[in-house]
Amino acid sequence: MTQNSGKTTIDLKNLKAGGFIKELGKDLFTVRLRVPGGRMSIEKLKKIAKVAEKYGSEGVHLSVRQSIELIHINFKDFDAVVEELAEVGQEVASCGPRLRVPVACGGCEYNPNGLMDTQQAALEVDRELFGSMTGHHKFKVGFSGCPHDCPKAAINDVGFVGAVRPEWNGENCLTCGLCSGACREGAIVPGEDQRPVFLAENCLYCGDCVKLCPAEAWHVLKKGYAVYAGGKWGRRPMVGTLIATFLPADQVVPIIREILSWYQEQAEGMGRIRLGEVLLQKGIESLLDRLRTTFPNSVKLETTAPTVIDRQIRGLNSAEC
Amino acid sequence: MQPIDLRGVCCPTNFVKAKLAIEMADVGDVIEFYLDDGEPVQSVSRSLKGEGHKLLSLKKADGYYVLEVEVA
Ligand code: SF4
Ligand code: SF4
Ligand code: SF4
Repeated sequence: MTQNSGKTTIDLKNLKAGGFIKELGKDLFTVRLRVPGGRMSIEKLKKIAKVAEKYGSEGVHLSVRQSIELIHINFKDFDAVVEELAEVGQEVASCGPRLRVPVACGGCEYNPNGLMDTQQAALEVDRELFGSMTGHHKFKVGFSGCPHDCPKAAINDVGFVGAVRPEWNGENCLTCGLCSGACREGAIVPGEDQRPVFLAENCLYCGDCVKLCPAEAWHVLKKGYAVYAGGKWGRRPMVGTLIATFLPADQVVPIIREILSWYQEQAEGMGRIRLGEVLLQKGIESLLDRLRTTFPNSVKLETTAPTVIDRQIRGLNSAEC
Repeated sequence: MQPIDLRGVCCPTNFVKAKLAIEMADVGDVIEFYLDDGEPVQSVSRSLKGEGHKLLSLKKADGYYVLEVEVA
């Protein structure tokens, strides 16, 4: 699908998924690149630098969602930019009512806190679902490797946080006191004979005890993602609600698919609306019911609605504004 | 060996100092480290274990922790 005005030729299929964002200046666009999980090969980085130098301005912009954005690109150069980036397999990202490029922290490959392979998950979601049309609004996905949650998973439409459910095996315990001293949540307290007592209600599932115990007395009972749905930031922020726990890595794409299809159906006729607001109107139980059949071991029995964050900027009195 | 006092030393300087102390010791030596509560006790202990040393015990003292490590 090539458009030719007589002067300029542009391949419109390059523009299909978006990623080309109009700037203030005449004919100028920002080109947002597809960088799942914020990871990039040096080969691609070098090529991007070359393309930016040739068609862009003196610099690039790093977006808050881990993308590299080429700025000040003339729309007449779209085809050339796309073609040259394609030489190293670099693609353009998406915008509009689609599933966006997933973000992720470094995960467990080299980060000592990491519990789940977030990079792998981000790549998989990007490969399987990137650009999926929602029919309503944007749809963001994010991954955190552990409960430190540096990427703030719960402000995505669907966010994942790596978690470990520890279990204690008394036989191996040396009563060294490391675990109770190191648990920051007060979930392990020294009991009789200094043997650790696990207070499950305080546990954040960070896995520190398992990593620290010198005797392997703490081990991993369950490992997977805590899943949050309905988050967003922007003008009317909401924090997503916990809908599933210890979801195995191979269920990540299937659960997003299922949430997406619930959203597509339920938001019918509601206009341009994010998942969180649909959840507020239709009730979280409807989504849980839907997911329970496919993910019976992970979906929560009950949960609360996503939390609306009131930033108190409305209703200022006249002296304040 | 004298205890190594890492109180008031931030991450990751505390860990680097612990590594230097361990370099001076022999395999099988037991070293005590004094560590602040919070991130220091957490991450220094875990990193030393990660490098193959044997953590023997962690005791709460007055406002800090005493970590006992056997050099591997
Ligand atoms: S969320 Fe956890 S694994 Fe990810 S960067 Fe933060 S501390 Fe590391
Ligand atoms: S997983 Fe984390 S919070 Fe839970 S007991 Fe272990 S160290 Fe404490
Ligand atoms: S760290 Fe391991 S060996 Fe030490 S007290 Fe805890 S469970 Fe027992």
